Amino acid sequence: MRSQTAVRKVSLTGFRYVVEARILNMIKWTRIIIFVAIANPILYLLSIGIGVGSLIDSKDGLGGVEYLTFLAPALLATAAIQGMLDEVIFPTFEGFKWVKNFFAMNSTSLTGTDIAGGVFVAALLRTTFTVVIYWIALYFFGALDSPTAWLAIPAAIFAGASFGALIMALAARAKNEDVFMLITGRFIVMPMFLFSGTFYPLELMPTFLQWIGWISPLWHATDLGRFLTYGHQISTTTLIFHLIYMFALLVVGLYFAFHNYTKRLAK
Amino acid sequence: MDLIVVKNLVKQFGDFTAVNGINFSVKQGESFGLLGPNGAGKSSTMRIIGATSQRTSGEVLILGKDPEQAGPQIRAHLGVVPQQDNLDEELTCAENLYIYGRYFGLPKITVKNKLDELLEFAQLLDKKNSKVKSLSGGMKRRLTIARALVSDPDILMLDEPTTGLDPQARHILWDRLFRLKEKGVTLLITTHHMDEAEQLCDRLMVMDKGEIMAEGSPTELIKKYSTKEVLEVRFGSDRNSQMVEQLQSFADRLEELPDRLLLYTESGEDLLAKIVAANIHPNTSLVRRSSLEDVFLRLTGRSLIE
Amino acid sequence: MLISAAVSIAERQANRMGAKHYAGRSHVILERSLVALKSSNWFPVVSGFLEPLLYLFSFGYGVGTLIGDIQVSNGQVVSYAMFIAPGLLATSAMNGAIYDSTWNVYFKLHEGKIYHGMLATSLGPLDVALGEILTALIRGFAYAVGFMAVATPMGLIPSWWGVLAIPAAVLIAFGFASIGMAITSYFKSYQQMGLINISLLPIFLFSGSFYPLSVFPDWAQIIIKTLPLWHAIELIRNLSLGIINFSLLGHIAYFLVMIVVGLFFTTRRLNALFMR
Repeated sequence: MRSQTAVRKVSLTGFRYVVEARILNMIKWTRIIIFVAIANPILYLLSIGIGVGSLIDSKDGLGGVEYLTFLAPALLATAAIQGMLDEVIFPTFEGFKWVKNFFAMNSTSLTGTDIAGGVFVAALLRTTFTVVIYWIALYFFGALDSPTAWLAIPAAIFAGASFGALIMALAARAKNEDVFMLITGRFIVMPMFLFSGTFYPLELMPTFLQWIGWISPLWHATDLGRFLTYGHQISTTTLIFHLIYMFALLVVGLYFAFHNYTKRLAK
Repeated sequence: MDLIVVKNLVKQFGDFTAVNGINFSVKQGESFGLLGPNGAGKSSTMRIIGATSQRTSGEVLILGKDPEQAGPQIRAHLGVVPQQDNLDEELTCAENLYIYGRYFGLPKITVKNKLDELLEFAQLLDKKNSKVKSLSGGMKRRLTIARALVSDPDILMLDEPTTGLDPQARHILWDRLFRLKEKGVTLLITTHHMDEAEQLCDRLMVMDKGEIMAEGSPTELIKKYSTKEVLEVRFGSDRNSQMVEQLQSFADRLEELPDRLLLYTESGEDLLAKIVAANIHPNTSLVRRSSLEDVFLRLTGRSLIE
Repeated sequence: MLISAAVSIAERQANRMGAKHYAGRSHVILERSLVALKSSNWFPVVSGFLEPLLYLFSFGYGVGTLIGDIQVSNGQVVSYAMFIAPGLLATSAMNGAIYDSTWNVYFKLHEGKIYHGMLATSLGPLDVALGEILTALIRGFAYAVGFMAVATPMGLIPSWWGVLAIPAAVLIAFGFASIGMAITSYFKSYQQMGLINISLLPIFLFSGSFYPLSVFPDWAQIIIKTLPLWHAIELIRNLSLGIINFSLLGHIAYFLVMIVVGLFFTTRRLNALFMR
């Protein structure tokens, strides 16, 4: 039994070394990461926010707010999800296939769970950075309209984390990286981005397409974000449901991520 | 008839001189080797002959034509096996051969009719429809050679054909190349393995730092630059150099390597007996025939493989 | 000595102009792509035409409900979906061509060394450049046809001139592919390649797929009008709405220049890379 406790202890702390390794790796890309983090919100807000927004004459369809205000929390959650995906998909492929550094890590005392946990936490850090920058941009564009608006930051990160965990679990099983990226990009991320009530209220979609929003963490985070940034009306039940849904997704995603990492390392 | 004529060839990359005024020619049906360590200028020479690199100065004629003036026409005469396999990983073995033939403009039916013969030559008939990705290193090399043969080239150019292969794969490959030699295909080979050069080349050129050190058949070169046999003795790495002075007088010539001493002589066994009689006892001793490695050591003072 | 078929083929072309760069066989590069496609996964390729359609449904339907109708340059009033459909077609022509001519080319150049193999034969660099671009164009053509096959029955292409949107999309793809390949041939690292993706986002967002340029101040409009995607969108939008005037020739000329400049630099660079 003693040896098992020892292993357990390593599992709880070992991920920190992987986080460190991942961050050292990210530093190579510092300039690009900062540039993208700043440029992305500005580009979207100027083009879709202001460009499309100026075409919308009546605020009735948006619950009485400016289009920019309506769009802001959705863009914030999208940025979180995209940032998270970049930082879980590429390191997973690199670690298992391109550079195979996970196998090197695994030959030390680090376990599959440590490695998966480390990659995940490092991705969360990067995502937090991106989301905070995004939030600041939203603030300067005047798109935030509530004292609770800062809570949109954790809400967006939450969405990124829950979806990222799931994709990380799938990426660890992918055999062909190109096909995996194409399928997730084209059949999961893009439809989610376009049909989760991002650019207009979900209710405007025909009912038979609204399910895309219901299962998408992006919609849950967006709805929650709208409540937080401008007081969009949602019931307490809905509020709790959003949180439970994302939490459940996170737990399931992480479970399978740990499992699949361990399994692939042992192959 | 000389298929390849090279005169005063110079190739510089910026300040670095890769090839420094070399002269040689290759006859039809000959198997000609460029032997030298990495960085000797072999690959640069090959690429200039292959009409995929511009020379800095000098003259080059391939079948009477200048590769810089008539690149595509010259390349149509050549089958090129580059140092690193650049097979099309997205395609199968048969598709690789087929499409390569098409690059030369050969009609579809002509290429299709040749596929089986080429695959058989490469001993890959059973892998015909397998993707290249799944092949072993030796198989990939054989496929690259088969691919180079698809256009019925007059000259087959092989850059380090067996580097990185295991001994068994090398022997299979040598056997295939030997068959081509028997059929009269002109081979131009670069290598830094002396055994490969001895196996395959009728005539070779020892290159170092962009210059030609010697030229001739393997036997001629060994005869000219080395003795018949070599006695290798080891005294342990710290004592080897101390023994040099004592042993100098015994051999025709002595070379000191970090791990052993090489004593050049007509008869290794006799020499060993003399040394032992003089009460010198090496930890280990080995008698062998001289090789191109010894020629290279003699000419440059360095080993081929470092 | 027997003269091989490969040699007599090469000799026949020897005296043509530019024979050192172009053997007149770019179609064999296309053949290579088709052979590769045959044994690879069809699904990603075929599903490529879905992307602009997803945008069309999402924005056309949803945002369209919020916006209502839009007045275009000749005073015509069209639905929002009708307004964005041509923009999405132009964008997808750009994206497909850019992908085929950048990342795809980068891998063949630096990872697989496929071009090294091709250029060791009697092919020239222009064969390779044109062949790769030809491949991109065929894909672009197929996607454009697929898009039109969905958008036209939805009533989003009101004019018969709209048929010309398909060749226009091919022209646009040609322009982007040849510039994309030229840029890629100069790039040496993944970081540099990442710049292509980064610069595509503003081009996509600002070139007027989703709104008329008049929403921006004059100085911004002038900048946007220098971007290739703006010319692409204007060309296709005017054709599909039946707005025919001399400005179309200007847009076409823009792409012809892109094609020539792109091919010139690609050939020059490949020559320098492989004839060092």
